[in-house]
Amino acid sequence: MAAIDIKHIVKKYDDGFPAVNDVSIDVADGEFMILVGPSGCGKSTLLRMIVGLEDITSGEMVIGDRVVNDLAPRERNLAMVFQNYALYPHLTVYDNIAFPLRLAKADEATVDEKVRAASKTLELDEHLDRKPANLSGGQRQRVAMGRAIVRDADAFLFDEPLSNLDAKLRGQMRSEIARLQKKLGITTVYVTHDQIEAMTLGDRVAVLKRGILQQLATPRELYSNPGNLFVAGFIGSPPMNFLPAKVEGTSVELPFGTVEIPADKAEKAAGHGLLIAGIRPEAFEDASVVEESKKRSGSTFKATVEVVEWLGSEAFAYIPFEAPPEVQKQLQQLERDLDGESLRTQLVISLDGSSMVAAGDEAEIWVDTTKMHLFDPSTGENLTIDHEHAGRVTPVAESAPQEG
Amino acid sequence: MRNKVGIFIGCVLILLWCLLPVAWIISLSFKSQAAITNGSPGFFPASGDGAGWSNYSDVLANDQFRRAILNSIGISLIATVLSVIIATLAAYAIARLEFKGKKFVLTMALAIAMFPVVSLVGPLFDMWRTIGLYDTWPGLIIPYMSFTLPLAIWTLSAFFREIPWELEQAAQVDGATSWQAFRRVIVPLAAPGVFTAAILTFFFAWNDFVFGISLTSTESARPIPAALTFFVGADPFNRPASLLAAGAVVSTIPIIFIVLIFQRKIVAGLTSGAVKG
Repeated sequence: MAAIDIKHIVKKYDDGFPAVNDVSIDVADGEFMILVGPSGCGKSTLLRMIVGLEDITSGEMVIGDRVVNDLAPRERNLAMVFQNYALYPHLTVYDNIAFPLRLAKADEATVDEKVRAASKTLELDEHLDRKPANLSGGQRQRVAMGRAIVRDADAFLFDEPLSNLDAKLRGQMRSEIARLQKKLGITTVYVTHDQIEAMTLGDRVAVLKRGILQQLATPRELYSNPGNLFVAGFIGSPPMNFLPAKVEGTSVELPFGTVEIPADKAEKAAGHGLLIAGIRPEAFEDASVVEESKKRSGSTFKATVEVVEWLGSEAFAYIPFEAPPEVQKQLQQLERDLDGESLRTQLVISLDGSSMVAAGDEAEIWVDTTKMHLFDPSTGENLTIDHEHAGRVTPVAESAPQEG
Repeated sequence: MRNKVGIFIGCVLILLWCLLPVAWIISLSFKSQAAITNGSPGFFPASGDGAGWSNYSDVLANDQFRRAILNSIGISLIATVLSVIIATLAAYAIARLEFKGKKFVLTMALAIAMFPVVSLVGPLFDMWRTIGLYDTWPGLIIPYMSFTLPLAIWTLSAFFREIPWELEQAAQVDGATSWQAFRRVIVPLAAPGVFTAAILTFFFAWNDFVFGISLTSTESARPIPAALTFFVGADPFNRPASLLAAGAVVSTIPIIFIVLIFQRKIVAGLTSGAVKG
């Protein structure tokens, strides 16, 4: 067991491109830390620097109370689960799990005891004599975890361990990993590009973009107080809606009409001209199903619904809108950063399952404006952020994307 | 159905084409010397012409021949083992490391493999006599290695490239040194490649004639293919053809044996299951 302290870590490749740029993350002892971001954000590189498979250009990596920058992977006493499992195909499941113990020259009685304990935890008992080639994806995944938990490692490192599984198995393994981590209470760093895994598993989540740490906070803080446009767009599914907005006093002009926002938010956003408003789909509701008492905390507007997806407990309604070019450009850039396709601008709103709004209707939509965020379109900074509940946000000047 | 018949006929034709000379040698080896001198055209020995196993017992009783067999087995095995060990290490370095002149090494290796053997015999003969390697085991082992290494390196580096690098990294994270990761994870997975390289090397060493006849002068290092040519018997104008045939058959047996052992190890798809495909 040990804390991992990542101090100003930089990874530059030979061509000078910084894959990881001045990232500092402190992982407390026993904490479940998630590194998340779209592909190419440097999260896997960072993990490989922790475990020692990648050299560190500058900065300090501290595990426990040792600086491990120059230690070989085997001297760091960490256990890692690889994305493609990396099981030893010539060894049986038993021998795969026993491999690290045998390397550490444990006597056979200890090896047997520990392997049996690990296989019991992971329900691999009946597969111990089989070779990895004869196992299913989920079983291989469990063997890879067995190989990690059998040692008394200082920390677990996971590199996108679930990305090769189908959706159902992924859900099961996700809760399995969470259960195991709580049970063993071991420091864990987990890399994923899937924001659902990040939200459900992590004690804290570090969001990275192009090698730069954007925000380090609990899932709840990330969700309700994203530091910038990128984090706001990355966390949450369906993603946050971004609309062009003009603030005048406490009223905000959106493409569908003007809504009122709380005075403190209006004050922070004053004097910025054209802004981007970020509103999560569930902050909207069909006005006809909202209770009167609640209605007063928001505003309503009328809009024509293009498509409705009814899912039983809830429904998603899609409302297209036009965005001015300066906002359009910023939103397209954001879409690229998020690995997404640049679709046309539309509002996605989540309605109660009992709502009777159908495609083509002009519906009256209620919006909870206390949950609205306002972003500066040029920097992406969240102007209405509540810094006390936002974890650590990298200042705009440093988190700005580097072109080229 | 018609397709199957076609394949069957094709196989039989190819087998006949390949195995007829072998069958003929075996047939000769069971005929008596007198029968061959008189001309005995049948495939099976005519009555009274059969020699039974006597040719074989004569060959095996011959000191020169026994010594040659020993030379061949010893020289070929040592050349194979050394060549495979060096090739494994070299191929691993070529597959996994980036270093200056990697391309040069690979191209040179290929160039050496294409070099005509016979053109080296003269210089080697002179060199070996000067440094005292002439007519010794090392005198043959060294040229065999230099001609089989390139092919072995190429074969093995192709195998190493197929092995996912994560396996080695996983081993290192699990607490292995680079050498342990190589020996306990990479080598077992490259086994099919190692055995392929071993068979090729053994073939080359066992079948070589040019080096065997030119770089030896006595029984102390002369391998079988060369020794058979010295198997002239009492009368130089009447060579013991049936004895030679028996000798040829005996000298093929080790190679069949080795191939049968090694090919069991060449199992395809050994790495399946290592990583999610």
